[in-house]
Amino acid sequence: MTNEYRLSSGGQINRSESISFKFNGKTLYGYKGDTLASALLANGIHLVGRSFKYHRPRGILTSGVEEPNALVQIIKDKGKTDPNLRATQIEIYEGLNTTSQNSWPSVNFDLGSINNLFSPIIPAGFYYKTFMWPANLWENVYEYFIRKAAGLGKSPTKKDPDIYDHCYYHCEVLIVGAGPAGLVAAKTAINSGKKVLLVDERPNFGGNLNFSNKDYNKINQLAPLEWIKKTCLELQKNKNIKILSRTSVAAYHNYNYLIMIQNLTDHLPDKDKKEKIRQRLWKVRAKKVILATGSIERPMIFDCNDRPGIMLSSAVRKYANTYSVKCGNNISIFTNNDDAYETAITLHNKGVKVKSIIDIREKSDGTLPKKCNELGIKIHWKSAVIYTEGYKKINKIHVMRLSKDNTNVVGNKLKIDCDLLCVSGGYTPAVHLFTQSGGKLDYNEKKHYFFPKKNTLSQISVGSCNGTFGLKNIILEAQEKTREFLDIKETEQFNVLESEGGVFENIWLIPSSKISGKTKSFVDYQNDSTANDIKLALREGFKSIEHVKRYTTTGMATDQGKISNMHALGIISEITNTKLGELGTTTFRPPYSPITFGALVGRNVGQFFDITRKTPMHDWQEKNNAKFEDVGQWKRAWYYPSGNENMYDAVQRESKAARTKAGILDASTLGKIDIQGSDASEFLNRVYTNAWSKLAIGKCRYGLMLNEDGMVYDDGVTTRLSENHYIMTTTTGGAATVMGKLEDFLQTEWPELKVYLTSVTDHFATVSVCGPHSKKILEKVTQNIDYSDSNFPHMSFKNGLVDKIKCRVMRISFTGELSYEINVQANYGQSVWEKCMAAGKEYGITPYGTEAMHLLRAEKGFIIVGQETDGTVTPVDLQMDWIVSKKKYDFIGKRSLYRSDTMREDRKQYVGLLTNDPKEILEEGAQIVAEVKNKPPMDMIGHVTSSYYSPNLNKSIALAVVKNGKKLKGKKLYVPMPNKTIEVIVSDTIFLDKEGKRLNA
Amino acid sequence: MFIIKCPYCGERDHSEFSYGGEAHLIRPKQPTELSDDQWAEYLFMRKNIKGLQYERWNHSHGCRRWFNAARDTSNDKIHSVYKIGEKSSK
Repeated sequence: MTNEYRLSSGGQINRSESISFKFNGKTLYGYKGDTLASALLANGIHLVGRSFKYHRPRGILTSGVEEPNALVQIIKDKGKTDPNLRATQIEIYEGLNTTSQNSWPSVNFDLGSINNLFSPIIPAGFYYKTFMWPANLWENVYEYFIRKAAGLGKSPTKKDPDIYDHCYYHCEVLIVGAGPAGLVAAKTAINSGKKVLLVDERPNFGGNLNFSNKDYNKINQLAPLEWIKKTCLELQKNKNIKILSRTSVAAYHNYNYLIMIQNLTDHLPDKDKKEKIRQRLWKVRAKKVILATGSIERPMIFDCNDRPGIMLSSAVRKYANTYSVKCGNNISIFTNNDDAYETAITLHNKGVKVKSIIDIREKSDGTLPKKCNELGIKIHWKSAVIYTEGYKKINKIHVMRLSKDNTNVVGNKLKIDCDLLCVSGGYTPAVHLFTQSGGKLDYNEKKHYFFPKKNTLSQISVGSCNGTFGLKNIILEAQEKTREFLDIKETEQFNVLESEGGVFENIWLIPSSKISGKTKSFVDYQNDSTANDIKLALREGFKSIEHVKRYTTTGMATDQGKISNMHALGIISEITNTKLGELGTTTFRPPYSPITFGALVGRNVGQFFDITRKTPMHDWQEKNNAKFEDVGQWKRAWYYPSGNENMYDAVQRESKAARTKAGILDASTLGKIDIQGSDASEFLNRVYTNAWSKLAIGKCRYGLMLNEDGMVYDDGVTTRLSENHYIMTTTTGGAATVMGKLEDFLQTEWPELKVYLTSVTDHFATVSVCGPHSKKILEKVTQNIDYSDSNFPHMSFKNGLVDKIKCRVMRISFTGELSYEINVQANYGQSVWEKCMAAGKEYGITPYGTEAMHLLRAEKGFIIVGQETDGTVTPVDLQMDWIVSKKKYDFIGKRSLYRSDTMREDRKQYVGLLTNDPKEILEEGAQIVAEVKNKPPMDMIGHVTSSYYSPNLNKSIALAVVKNGKKLKGKKLYVPMPNKTIEVIVSDTIFLDKEGKRLNA
Repeated sequence: MFIIKCPYCGERDHSEFSYGGEAHLIRPKQPTELSDDQWAEYLFMRKNIKGLQYERWNHSHGCRRWFNAARDTSNDKIHSVYKIGEKSSK
C-alpha cells in the first residue's frame, strides 16, 4: 500500500490492521481508526466532490460534522445506498465502497463545471428570476431539468433492509459532548450520586484536546491523550454514569426532551453488521442538561477560498496528530489568531515544511508565534491571502499587505507556492442545541461570536460552546458551573498548563485587489453562495437575515450553515452598518446533523406501521375470497368476487341477492357505546337532534348527532335495553371521536348528569342478515325469540340465544329490506356467521361487502356521514327536518340551526340525480352546473356524492348536494366531464320502495 | 414535548394527552335567547394569548379525564393544572 502522505509514526490508528476500501471505483488502503477523509488524504486525494451550483472542484475542508464539501455516497447492494454522508465522519471498514456526488461523468472531469464559466450570469435568485414564465413550461421543462441538475446524492431505490431501534431513557444529568469541558463536567457530576448520561458524536472522546500539542497543553502534568484516557477509565468504572459514543444529539426540545441518534454498526465490516441494529434513536428525558458541545473553527472568506487543498487549520492538526497524515508537503497558513500557530509547530515537529504564515494582525505576543519565529517560519504580519491558484488543487497563494483599517490591500503582490493552505478564522461556539431549546443568545463585540445568554430550562453551557476559550478557562469553568448546578461540595484540583495566547482580530470579508464583482469569495461552500450573492441580495432590498438566507440559500445546505452562518451575518452587518447583536441569527432547527429516515421510523415499518383492526369474522372472509377496504384502521370486507368476477359484477350480484334472496354483512366495525345511568335518556336528548324520553324499552331509534355549529357529525341506531340502559351505535370511522365528544360534554358541561359511557365496539360481533328470507334464517339460528311482526316489529330488539350463547337481535335496516342484526360476544362472531351461512344455504344467502351495502342504501337514499356530508351540511340541507325536534329546548347544535347562514335558502341541499341515459354512471365528486359554457370557469352549483348502477332498478342512480336543490326537482342540470357533458334530472333521493313495504316483506 | 401533570394520574408525557382549546367557556344555558352575534361569540371566538393562557387538556391515552391547565404560551411552561370546576392557583 502506498500511503504517501502517512507520517512514519504516531497517531491513534492501528498500523497492524490495514483496511481496503473503494473510492470512485479505485481500491485504496487505510488503517483501522481512519476516517474516509483521513484515508483519502493519506493517499494524497483532496478532490472528493463538486459544488452544488457551479460544479467547482472541492476538497476536504474539515475533520468533523461541519464538513460542507466532502459529501460522498456509500454504495451497498444494488439499489441500496446512503447519500450525502460526510467523509470526515465515515469510519472506514473492510469493503467500504464510496463515490463522489454531484458530478458527471466523474469528479475529475465534470461536465456541469461549465456552470462555473457562466457564474456571472447565475447570481443569487437566478432560478426565481429566470424561470418565472411561461407558467406551463414549469411542469414539463424547467422543473425536470432543474431537478436533474440539482440535488446531491442519489436516494436508494430498494426498501431499506436495515434494522433500527427506538429507546426511551430517563436520567438526572445529561452531558452532551465529551471534550475537555464535558469530561470535567462528568468527572464532577459523578460525585453527586446522580444518574448521569454522557454522550459524544465521535468514536473517541476528548474533543479538540485529543489532537492538542502535548508540549503546550498539560492537565495535572499529563499529556492531553494520557489525561483523556485516565479520565475515561475513571468514568467507565463509576456505576452512576452511562457513556455513549457515536451518539449525536439531533434535537433539544422543551422540558429537557432530547432526541439522540446512535450509530451502532455503520463503522463495522459488512459481515459484522448482519442481523444487528444499525442505528438507535434515543428519546431522553433529563432532569438537568449540561451542554459541552464545543466550538467550530471558521474559515476565511477571500477570493477563491474554496479550492481543494484549502483546509481548516485545526483539521490539519487533527489529521497529523490523530491519523498521522500530513495533508501537504509545502504548507502555508492564513490566520487571525494564535491557535493556527499550534498547527504550524505540530507540522514542523513532524518534519513537514511550513513555508509561511500570513496573519492579518499587526503582531502577537503569544507563546506560539514566538516559537514559530524561533523555528524560522516566515510570518507575514498585517497581510492577507487575496487569491489562490490551482484548478483541482491549490498551487499558489497571492499575498498582499492590509491597509491600516483593514478595508483594502496595499503594496506589492507576493506569490507563494504551496500545496496546502491552512485557514483559521477563529472559533464559533456551537450554540445550536442551546437555541433549539429556546435559549436566547448575546453577541460578544470584541471576540465576534454569539454565546448563550438566557434559558428557562434546567440547563447550563460549559466550555467553548459557552464562549469560554483556553484550556485552563474551559476546565475551571466546567468544574465550577457543574458544582454549582448540581450542588456538589468536594472537588478535584486541576493544574492546567497552556500556552499564552495573543489577541484575536477579525475581518469578515478579506479585501481584494480586484473590483469586488470579479471575486468569488465563497461563504457557503456547499450551496455555492458567495459574498457577492449576499451583497446583491442586500442591494435588491432583502434586509432580514432570514430573507437573505432564503434568497441566497446561504446556510441552507446539508451542513445547515455550520461553517458559513457567522460570515454571512458578519458581511451583512458590515454592509448594512448594523450591529451583529441587533441583526440576530437565523433559527437553528433540528436535526443538528442529518439523520436517517430509518432511525426516525424505528420498528414502525411494514405491518407495524399502523394498527390493523380485524373483525372476528375476518378469517372466514379471507378464506372466502373477500377483497378488503380500509375504513379507519379496520379491514372491512369490500366485496366477494366469485370466479373471474370483477368488482362491478360482484357488487351487482351481491346487491341483487340481498333484495331477492338473503344477504349477510359483517357490521362488527360500527362503533358501539354502552350508556347507563339514571339520566341516560336526558343525556341522549341533549346529544341527538330528536327526542328520546318516550322511547319504549326494547325499541330502537335512529339518531342524528350534530356539532355545536349545527353540522351533521354522526348518525346511528340506539336501542333502549332497559329503563336506564342504552346501546348506541356510531359510524365505523366516528366511533372514537364520538365517544370522546360525549365524554367531553359529560365531564365538562353536564357533570350533574348521572351517566356512564363504555366503549364496547370490540366486545360485540355483529352479523347483519337482510332480504326476504332473513326471518326464516334467523328463526333457524336463534332460540327463544318469537319473530312474528306483532311481537318483533321493525325498530325493536329481543334478547335470545344462539345455542347456549346470549345474543341481542335488533330488527333494523340500512338496506331497506327486512333485516336483523345479531350481536354476540365477539369471540363467537365467526361461529354465528357460519351458522347463518349454513342456515341460509337453502335460501341462497349471499355474503355482501361494504360496496354493495353502499349501493343498497343509496337505492333507499340513506345518507352516509362523510360521503353525503362533509362538515358543512345541516339536517335541513339533507331534507331531514323530520328528525330535528322542535319541542326540545336544547340539544348540541340546535342554536346554530337558526343562524342566518344555516337558514339560507340557497344552501347546497341533498337531492337525487338520474341520467338521461340509464346506462350512464356519474363519477363521484363530479361537479354540477346549471348552465354549460364553452370552457371553464362555469358556476359550480354542487357535486355528486354517491353514484351507482342499481341492479334492482336497472338504471344508474346518484345522490348529490346542489344549491337550492329542494326547489329544483324535475329540473335539468349538467355534469361536465373532460370528454363530454352529461345531462341529469334532479329527482327524489329515494329511488326504491318509497313506501317502505319491503321492511315487512 | 411537554411533561404534563394530570391531576388524577401525575406527571406523564405529552403524547398521552390531547389539547382541548380555551378553558372556562361556559355553554350558554339558554342558547335560543341569544342573538346571532352572541351565539357566534361563544361558538367561534377564541383568545390567542402570548403569556398565561387557560386551556383544556384531556388525558386521552390515560384516565380519559378532562382537566384545565394554565400554560405560558411564550415558553410552554405549565404553571398549574386543576380539575374541571376548580379554579386555577395561578
